[in-house]
Amino acid sequence: MGTTDKTGNQRALSGGTGWRRSLMTLAASVMLASGANAAPATSEVNTTGLAVTDDTVTVGILHSLTGTMAISETGSVQAEKLAIEQINAQGGVLGRQIKIIQEDGASDWPTFAEKSHKLLERDKVATVFGCWTSASRKAVLPVFEKDNGLLYYPTFYEGLEESHNVFYTGQEATQQILAGLNWAHDKLGAKTFYLVGSDYIWPRTSMKIARKHIENVLHGKVVGEEYYPLGSTQFGSLINKIKLKKPDLVFGAVVGGSNVAWFKQLNAAGLTFKKQPMLTISVTEDEVLGIGGENVEGLYSSMKYFQSLDLPGNKEFVDAFKKKYGEDAVIGDVTESAYLGPWLWKRAVEAAGSFDVDKVVAASPDMEWDNSPHGYLKVDKNHHLWMRTRIGQWKADGQADVVWESDVIKPNPFPEGYQ
Amino acid sequence: MGGYTGEELTAIFLMQGFSGLSLFCVFLLMALGLAIIFGQMGVINMAHGEFLTLGAYITYLVSYVASDVWPFLLDYYFPVAIILAFVGTFILGYLVERFLIRFLYNRPLDTLLATWGLGLIMQQIFRSTFGPREKSVVMPDWLMGSYQATDMVDIPLNGLLVVGITIVLTIAVFFLLYRSRWGIKVRATTQNRMMANAAGINTERVDRLTFALGCGIAGVAGAAFTTIASTGPTTGSLYIVDTFLVVVFGGAASLLGTVASAFGIAQAQSILSFFLSGSMAKVITLMTVVGILMFRPQGLFASKVRR
Repeated sequence: MGTTDKTGNQRALSGGTGWRRSLMTLAASVMLASGANAAPATSEVNTTGLAVTDDTVTVGILHSLTGTMAISETGSVQAEKLAIEQINAQGGVLGRQIKIIQEDGASDWPTFAEKSHKLLERDKVATVFGCWTSASRKAVLPVFEKDNGLLYYPTFYEGLEESHNVFYTGQEATQQILAGLNWAHDKLGAKTFYLVGSDYIWPRTSMKIARKHIENVLHGKVVGEEYYPLGSTQFGSLINKIKLKKPDLVFGAVVGGSNVAWFKQLNAAGLTFKKQPMLTISVTEDEVLGIGGENVEGLYSSMKYFQSLDLPGNKEFVDAFKKKYGEDAVIGDVTESAYLGPWLWKRAVEAAGSFDVDKVVAASPDMEWDNSPHGYLKVDKNHHLWMRTRIGQWKADGQADVVWESDVIKPNPFPEGYQ
Repeated sequence: MGGYTGEELTAIFLMQGFSGLSLFCVFLLMALGLAIIFGQMGVINMAHGEFLTLGAYITYLVSYVASDVWPFLLDYYFPVAIILAFVGTFILGYLVERFLIRFLYNRPLDTLLATWGLGLIMQQIFRSTFGPREKSVVMPDWLMGSYQATDMVDIPLNGLLVVGITIVLTIAVFFLLYRSRWGIKVRATTQNRMMANAAGINTERVDRLTFALGCGIAGVAGAAFTTIASTGPTTGSLYIVDTFLVVVFGGAASLLGTVASAFGIAQAQSILSFFLSGSMAKVITLMTVVGILMFRPQGLFASKVRR
């Protein structure tokens, strides 16, 4: 036990320092390595019977391509494929080209479970990039834990979960919410808050955390808290209530088609964001595409990533994404998280010198990445990422101005005093 | 309601009144087409929502042409979009009746399954053609923002548009059904198909046009809803449950019943969600409707149809 810990740590450290160099040098060294035919023998790097051959390794992508969730998951699939393509162009992982088996979860949670069964047991994939909703993740979790698979999950979510078999590359709730509320309190002087969300687990958990933070830490007041059924398209009464209560800030987590209706109607009711400041945790560039920039002008979003981020890692990422998917392609926060997955896995595999899930998992904590598209990040022992939170203000052209950013925040999926 | 001035309360009362009215119009607009198809013909059309989506996409296409190709037309495209939405969905409805529905009369369960499948197929076609992401329809300037009656009272312009379209369409449907020769044929066919046939009415043709008209109206509703809500492959399915609810609650084959039930459900939902919350309003409205239907299964207004 003691020795494994030690070697595990050493691997992780060397992985970390190697990564602090830029991606370009990293690419060069990998290409050199593969050019020199230094790929280690398959029997060494794969002791658990995964789909690894002398020159390929097979991974799975599991997202909804059909059904209601396809709207959200398309960007994630695009980002994962782009990352894998780039990794392959640089020589692959441990000298092996990545092959993809893509399955359609069809927006149906039992289908997600069934497909993950297939990917892990029949295809023996080395890792899976996938899932979007918490419901789909909860559905596949028992399968991944039973078969000891590996999942990279891209969406910001409500937290309250930590698994040996899952890496969460999006924000857990406190990373997104607390910093955003602090900012609104300090910079906008917000003391009264109105909480609005769609009626399911993510908004409800998020609002619970928000309420505790507002009442206990910021000593502000929650003047209203409301949930609307998923798919609601009529918000007239809610808008009137907000007009009556005049909160300093509306804090929103409305999702899906409702989101579009919500903002169109807010705007049409004369409740522009100049008159009524609003901060949301559910609007990224993807959503703005459907809502229309003119309807969200002035709205604030709390995210880790915006397409307009002026960082070297982001420039490369945006250029590559547009080159592959067209000039009009937009990149939202979750799309960027999905892009991180294959890179984090590649680094962990190379640090571990093996595709074995347990070794990859052991090598992951404390890995750092200075120039990811959203800047510095670090993998925590709890399988979530250290990252900054940013406040972006939307413009009519569908892009955001970043008006504030936090320090790097430690992920805390089980926040004490917030449950 | 302590702590608020009288002026504030009056303003909220007015705006709340308008929001109830506009919800009523949304319900009525989406139920009108179904009232004709389900109410008059007894066909359960589960693909009704997808016809609505088709209307929305046609509006999107017209707005796209107007904003990207001929920008000077942007201010005027909306009426054109409504007409094209009607024509497009009318034609598709006509074809669907001709090649699918007419083989399934008197087999309600099969119709339900077939039209549900049709709905799924249409959804996936939208997804493959337009992409899974929502489209944002570019609004002409005159539809953006609100009319400020006073300092406090804002009346949304897009809401006014929906109210306007609803009034025009309802009156048109009323005249078609109750004041035109074609309406007489439709009602005759509904009440007694055999006798209508014997009287020299081409009932097959009547069926086809009735179904197509219902679909066309769904298309207009879809066009109107682009101003207040989303345009995506599954947009229509957001409305389908409420739509059936309104028609069933109002009583099949009764246009007046549909209007009354849309009004009742909309007001209940609007007022309840003001005093309680969105989810609770929905729960209470649904429970009330179910409760009333238990005692009055034929709906609010009993129909005189011989089945």
